[in-house]
Amino acid sequence: MQFKAMILDNAEVSPGYWRMRMTAPPEMLEAQPGQFVMVRVNPSIDPLIRRPFGVFDVGVHQPAYTGAAPQPYLEILYRVVGKGTAMLSALHETDLLDIIAPLGSGFDCGPAGEEKLIVGGGVGLAPLYLLAKELVKDSPVRLFAGGRSKDDVLCITEFERLGVECYTATEDGSLGECGFVTKVLEQRLDASANAGRVFACGPHGMLKAVADIAAKRDVPCQVSLEGYMACGVGACLGCVCQGANHSPETPDYRCVCSEGPVFEAAELKWEGA
Amino acid sequence: MKPDLSVEIAGLKLRNPVMTASGTFGYGEEFSQYVNLETIGAFVTKGLSLRPRAGNPTPRIVETPGGMLNAIGLQNVGIEAFIQKKVPFLRTVNTPAIANFFGSTPEEYAELATRLEAIPEVAALEVNISCPNVKQGGIVFGTDPACAASVVTACRAVTTKPLIVKLSPNVTDIVEMAQACEEAGADALSVINTLTGMAIDLERRRPVLANITGGLSGPAIKPVALRMVWQVARAVKVPVIGIGGIMSATDALEFMLAGATAVQVGTASFVNPAAAQEIAQGMEQWLTSHGVADVKSLIGALER
Repeated sequence: MQFKAMILDNAEVSPGYWRMRMTAPPEMLEAQPGQFVMVRVNPSIDPLIRRPFGVFDVGVHQPAYTGAAPQPYLEILYRVVGKGTAMLSALHETDLLDIIAPLGSGFDCGPAGEEKLIVGGGVGLAPLYLLAKELVKDSPVRLFAGGRSKDDVLCITEFERLGVECYTATEDGSLGECGFVTKVLEQRLDASANAGRVFACGPHGMLKAVADIAAKRDVPCQVSLEGYMACGVGACLGCVCQGANHSPETPDYRCVCSEGPVFEAAELKWEGA
Repeated sequence: MKPDLSVEIAGLKLRNPVMTASGTFGYGEEFSQYVNLETIGAFVTKGLSLRPRAGNPTPRIVETPGGMLNAIGLQNVGIEAFIQKKVPFLRTVNTPAIANFFGSTPEEYAELATRLEAIPEVAALEVNISCPNVKQGGIVFGTDPACAASVVTACRAVTTKPLIVKLSPNVTDIVEMAQACEEAGADALSVINTLTGMAIDLERRRPVLANITGGLSGPAIKPVALRMVWQVARAVKVPVIGIGGIMSATDALEFMLAGATAVQVGTASFVNPAAAQEIAQGMEQWLTSHGVADVKSLIGALER
């Protein structure tokens, strides 16, 4: 659906990372973890194309004493990387945004009671909070959050409040383990004899490493991808990624927006990084 | 009184002059949740080839000031899957669907035209001789008047449906191309396809697009498109369909003054899926507020 959202809050949660809350129609409360929104940053032609963001959270704000009606809201977590996100970070409460949402297909949560391992790198945590909220209802959940430095590890307190056991790792050692978060993930899988299900979102190199670990240990693994897209609904075909059997002779492209953004890691081709 | 927005392209009656452009609107169904297809004049489906095409490696698109570059590489499901999986949707919509298609030889174009001629749900054919992003087909036919004419002649021989030819702006003289297509039997001309451009990532010292070059679309190209529509419309008798950076009803009406009988909305649908519908509504409002009873009275009505 397409709707106008009014910004309720837009705050820098860590240097360069912002969290925005905005009003949403009640239908957004049905958004699945892993789905995304397309945001038109302003009505002008600069920037022209909408920007995709994972749904960080949805909920209903209950005004305390004003007697105002409960207000469904939507939250996104974003990093300022270019002109569009810089303009987004400059917006204030009561500013309006044009949103298309919810888009794409979300995570498959798997059976109740099974250990759930969430892996996020930097702003890759964006679609994982709503997932954690869903998973803690019936499963033990562990979060493995990584980044270059402590500034890139976001919103850990929010995950802890859900009852998620959080592990952190930074490349410079400024928070948690020193090194890649995938090392910590492997330690947990060693300890649990490869029990559980992995959910990951983050930079391509991290996703590839997680996919490799999951494949070697035969652990089910889903990844949420980012794509450079114009439409978000499967029409422009700009955001495609390669399926596992892709080759120049037998091409196998999948639309990140309409067939993803969540894929089984084993469905995709993992090269480079 | 409500103004008359209807126009006609080679016998094809449109409730209003606004269509969606090929490659920006999938096969119609993708956007159907966001736009009422029965409020627009027609929609043009993603360019079809005989066999499915996977398209180019990524990155395929990048935003540029006031526009975007794309090098999708004509990814499409192919004519068979189009008939099996996409045509049933076209049947459910009371709005003409125009099928865009391309080949790598005149014979392939003719074979596709023959297949499309047999599909009752396809109201008209749009021949793509102008895709800038594939090496074979497309651009070769789109830049040489004799080659273009051979493709149009081959298609004309096998179809009685309205035959629209989509022209490339990446030529020395678009009027020469337009006249060659008209003489070969085109019923209408779509002007223009994207302009070839490129974007560079300075820090990586590399082109942004995997294909190196791509087609520029969006508001950035509107002045070029307006000029070419104006040039072509003065030089041919067949109707011209104006395309290039149309974002608003104002843009669409400007194209009609320049000589377009109808328009296509492309990149704007990415920005706002309901763009075509809103543009048609906006045109009606403009005609009403300016006391213009019939939109056809604006075609080529540019004053000097």
